[in-house]
Amino acid sequence: MTAPTRTHNAVEAALIALFAPRNARDLRAAAMARFAARGLPTRRVEQWHYTDLRGAMRAALPLAVAPDAATIAAVKARLQKAQGARAVLIDGHYVAELSQGGEGVRLVSLGQALASDASGELIAGFGLGGDDAAVDLNAAFMQDGALIEVAGDADIELVDVATGAVAQSSYTRSAVRLAKGARARVVETRFALGGAGHQRNAALIFDIGDLAALDHVVETRDDGEASVQTQSLMVRMGRASRFESFALTMTGGLWRRQIFARLDGEGAHFALRGANLLHGRQHGDTTLVVEHNARECESREFFRTIVDDEATGVFQGKIVVQSHAQKTDGAMKSNALLLRDGAGMFNKPELEIFADDVSCGHGATVAQLDDAQLFYAQARGIPRRIAEAMLVEAFAGEAVDYVGDEALRERFRAEIHDWLAGRDA
Amino acid sequence: MLEIRDLHASVGGKEIIKGLTLSVKAGEVAAIMGPNGSGKSTLSYVVSGRAGYEVTGGEVLLNGENILELSPDMRAAHGLFLAFQYPLEIPGVATMTFLKAAMNAQRKARGEAELSMPDFLKRVRAVADKLGVKQEMLRRPLNVGFSGGEKKRMEVLQMALLEPKFGILDETDSGLDIDALRVVSEGVNALRSPARGFLVITHYQRLLDHIKPDTVHVMSKGRIVKTGGPELALELEKNGYRDYVEEAA
Repeated sequence: MTAPTRTHNAVEAALIALFAPRNARDLRAAAMARFAARGLPTRRVEQWHYTDLRGAMRAALPLAVAPDAATIAAVKARLQKAQGARAVLIDGHYVAELSQGGEGVRLVSLGQALASDASGELIAGFGLGGDDAAVDLNAAFMQDGALIEVAGDADIELVDVATGAVAQSSYTRSAVRLAKGARARVVETRFALGGAGHQRNAALIFDIGDLAALDHVVETRDDGEASVQTQSLMVRMGRASRFESFALTMTGGLWRRQIFARLDGEGAHFALRGANLLHGRQHGDTTLVVEHNARECESREFFRTIVDDEATGVFQGKIVVQSHAQKTDGAMKSNALLLRDGAGMFNKPELEIFADDVSCGHGATVAQLDDAQLFYAQARGIPRRIAEAMLVEAFAGEAVDYVGDEALRERFRAEIHDWLAGRDA
Repeated sequence: MLEIRDLHASVGGKEIIKGLTLSVKAGEVAAIMGPNGSGKSTLSYVVSGRAGYEVTGGEVLLNGENILELSPDMRAAHGLFLAFQYPLEIPGVATMTFLKAAMNAQRKARGEAELSMPDFLKRVRAVADKLGVKQEMLRRPLNVGFSGGEKKRMEVLQMALLEPKFGILDETDSGLDIDALRVVSEGVNALRSPARGFLVITHYQRLLDHIKPDTVHVMSKGRIVKTGGPELALELEKNGYRDYVEEAA
């Protein structure tokens, strides 16, 4: 029953690209046809083995309706002053009055783009994640999103909020394209107001041109414990481009972040990192597939997962090195810390290497807090609870250290500190 | 100052400390020597309260108070310090952060105000200079990538900052070359005072050339089997532990 791994040679990839839907209608239809044929993924689908989406989706919730003025005001109150371009999505809808373009940035809503049939190829995500049911569902139901083109140097903020006390579903799809040599810092903030058990399905596509550099940070928090959330990130990279991404995920319910990346240009540098904090009965799944499709690219993945109570963490990482991607340099690491006996973690790193001159490695660990370290700190007078928090913060902090922006780094550290302070004794 | 009375302790159900009695006065430096496996390190862990070291009998008094019911951090706040044989590496925690947390936790437990940042920095700098600990080292994660000598120096630095009433030094000389041994010993000697007691645990006599003990106790099979002055250490160096191992059997 497991789906075969799809890796394509240059000819296959070109044929697939040729056939790629040219407009939203085609895209939706093709996605729904695939979905209809396969349904929601169960544990029998290898890529979803540890996250039973079919079991978790208890209802087909109604599509979210556009936010009213009071909802928009409530979200606005949570936002800081924009530093650059900003796109705000509330309950699946692009909110023009909270959004703004910026210098060197062209910003249109997905709604506008779909109406004009433009940017079809970008919206389609270059076939990345084309195997995946959550991506198909997103394409079939995408309501709105932001399409952003960067020519120069830009700061971009993407905000995606789910609100309301009544559970509903939202499907957003956004894309950021960096022209040759462009630079952008994208800060993505995903949160919820109201704590309802929404179904949220978001897709984000990054098309990073030759010599371009994209720095991405995403924080996800505050979703209700009954929520089901999938985030799909599709990344295509050009020659000598750079991508650095960090995700802090500390949110309710069941969530899955899946990243599909293809390094199409020689000498690209790709780095994906994150810290995941799970407690209660939360279930958090990070699944990534990074395909080296050109020579001399470098990929780094580094995830730290902290699992408390009865929560479950999942990490599945697959590095694919195509036969022509010689001199690939890849390193993947997933470390998890279980804070209680009831907590669980599944780690599944994989390498699929078809080239012969590569350096690829991976490491995955699951551990508990070290009693010897705790005793050492206690012997210096530090109470056990504080010593535990110190060690956990340090563990997560080694991932947070990769956040380049100091203000964001400090904010994330403070939020992790608060999360730990809120633990039950 | 430190009174250990008929102490019995087990690890994993096996009795290691078998009725140990020892008294160290304020201002005194007592050395415990003994062969491998005699229970020296176990004693240090039992006194400082490590989990898994079960006390089955006896008491340990620090300044008249039985500390066996206290958590390790409360024992530290009461003035007990253990310098580890193998100091732990704490990745991700800057040495300065750790030092500040320890000093302030102890102050808080004793009902004292927390140190201000400038006061804290001033004190750390003063002690670090004396021990030849570079500022760069203090910014690194605690003990991570430190050499054996650097780790032991860091132990003494922590002891100097925390100003304990009683210090236990567990095999402080292990892994040290002669220069590092001298620096560490000088650091310890600087902390000697009429109000402070030390228990120096060592397998070899050479540490006691640098930290001169007032009393020497021989430990074997979980008990003190002989007590004497500094000359006892020299005798052990010459004759080995064989006599005492048999005596305890």
